[in-house]
Amino acid sequence: MNQPIEAAKEDARKGDVVANKREGWFYTDAVKEHFFHPKNFLDHEEGMEDACLGMAGSPACGDAMKVWLRVENGADGIERVKDFKWKTFGCASAIASTSMLSVMVTEGEGMSIEQALALKPQDIMARLGGLPARKVHCSVLGDKALRSAINAYFKKTEQHDRVQVEHGRVIDCVLKITDHDIEEAVLEGADTLEKVQEKTKVGTGDPSCLPEVEQLIRFYKEKYFGA
Amino acid sequence: MKKRNVYLDHAATTPTDARVVREMKPFFTERFGNPSSFHSAGLNAKNAISRARITIANFIGAHEDEIIFTSGGTESDNLAVIGIPETKFHRDAIKVATGKEIPHVITSGIEHHAVLEPLLAYQKKGKIHLTVLPVDRYGRVSVSELKQSLRPETLLVSIMSANNEIGTIQPIEEIGRAILRWRKSENSPYPLFHTDACQSAGYQKLSVEKMHADLLTFSGSKIYGPKGVGVLYVRRGVRLTPRAIGGGQEKNLRSGTENVPAIVGLAKAVEIVERLREKDSYGLLRLRDMLAEGLLRIPKTILNGHPTERLPNSVNISFMDIEGEAAVLYLDAEGIMTSTGSACASVSLDPSHVIIATGLSYEAAHGSIRFTLGRETTEKEIQYVVKVMPGVVERLREMSPVNLDMKYFSREQESESLEKNII
Repeated sequence: MNQPIEAAKEDARKGDVVANKREGWFYTDAVKEHFFHPKNFLDHEEGMEDACLGMAGSPACGDAMKVWLRVENGADGIERVKDFKWKTFGCASAIASTSMLSVMVTEGEGMSIEQALALKPQDIMARLGGLPARKVHCSVLGDKALRSAINAYFKKTEQHDRVQVEHGRVIDCVLKITDHDIEEAVLEGADTLEKVQEKTKVGTGDPSCLPEVEQLIRFYKEKYFGA
Repeated sequence: MKKRNVYLDHAATTPTDARVVREMKPFFTERFGNPSSFHSAGLNAKNAISRARITIANFIGAHEDEIIFTSGGTESDNLAVIGIPETKFHRDAIKVATGKEIPHVITSGIEHHAVLEPLLAYQKKGKIHLTVLPVDRYGRVSVSELKQSLRPETLLVSIMSANNEIGTIQPIEEIGRAILRWRKSENSPYPLFHTDACQSAGYQKLSVEKMHADLLTFSGSKIYGPKGVGVLYVRRGVRLTPRAIGGGQEKNLRSGTENVPAIVGLAKAVEIVERLREKDSYGLLRLRDMLAEGLLRIPKTILNGHPTERLPNSVNISFMDIEGEAAVLYLDAEGIMTSTGSACASVSLDPSHVIIATGLSYEAAHGSIRFTLGRETTEKEIQYVVKVMPGVVERLREMSPVNLDMKYFSREQESESLEKNII
């Protein structure tokens, strides 16, 4: 269940880490543990003023989170995550995945900034033992919030050249879904508008973006699958 | 505090009454015959269905030949809202009278998916024009708005009797009367009127005459009957195109061997409802209001649905700043079983269309929890829920970065509607 990230990485990066349990609770034991006993969530904001803030999602979409990050130079001179706290509005998998992320970035001597930047939702899901397919895209936002906090750290420490620009143009203004999200969904096999909506919920708040979404789906299908 | 097991999801399904199960049992084993068979075992089953049909017809004030047994509410709804527009006789009649090729159907924005989805699919196919009536913030359809949407080519109106998510009761008899008056003034047999009465069947006296309904749906699984059995009432003379085609059972409107045990069970459940309806309703009303009052003491909450014109077993509350699926799972860990309108808990990942239709935001729909009480619900259970809920909300709010301003959710209460009484 709690296999180390390295072992799970290769499988995880191939696609969504989906849990297909036939019996038992709605989620895996790891999700259950992190949902009922969340780790590192911020219970009071006092004393966190110096931390770097990151945010992702929106409550209209159903999931939103805010994270607080502190970075320190380790003994080896490498910048490492010292502290990672969070608050999440969302379902069990959103809460559990943020909690798991907070454990992953702070365990041991703390994750290096480079490692943290490279974290993918699939890495978190692998550690959770998988999530139900339909939960994958809306509830694992922690890596986005983490990158946003790391950017805040880069700005704060005046390392402007290291600020990561998130590629992507916002297509759905309500749910803040970018062309990049559509691209990812297509890459993962969603080849119709309905399937992309299943994965991303694009257009549920702002249906006016749907024609553009359809165009993007055609574009990425041609780009990657030549059809 | 002692942990209790509290089932508050009776709008999803009710337990099957032990008396119903007892009635059903022989029909699985010794009385197993197929009602279509020409031997005594078949006759035995056929007679059992006939008796059940009479009981059920009486229950809604209908004739026994107007009762079609189906596999449940969804099938009945589908049979009604697809079966009517599919019927060539109706399409031709509308065309002759109005010159319109495509008939018009009216429904409301808070109907069950079993009504809305097939109608939307038919609209997409270009087979009907569809008007989806809006509802007010309590989830009520406006009768005058409905009247204004009626057109000469309107073939069907489908409005539910009471809503499954927020419990709001529609002025269904008034709607029925308005449709009847329109038909008289237009000298037309249309529109036909269908109502989904699955949720109200256990609490309101259903009379197809008073409602002026041509089609009516209800099912076993919400009234302490078995799952997998439903009824579609079809008024004498109303033509309907079947969905299930085969051996011609149920007057050729629903082929397939009858589910004899379930039909017998449904009749028993209906008998019990007939006896207990008033007692159930009055008892639940008190518990419902006790629960609502207790939960609304939690800050940043709003009651969804109508303050008074609401089913006596239904309380739906939005708890701001938290997400419903998380709350449902935390409540479940405390033994309390509820449901939510949050997107995260739905297969489609869409938040409740009912709560959105009442004009509330996505955030409020995500934080909505439905508590539906039942015959076995006790005062102690309600007290337990009222004690447990604040802790669950507090815990999730601690974890939540969201802090919505309640000024966006204020709903001025209408004093006149508060004075009305229900049932």
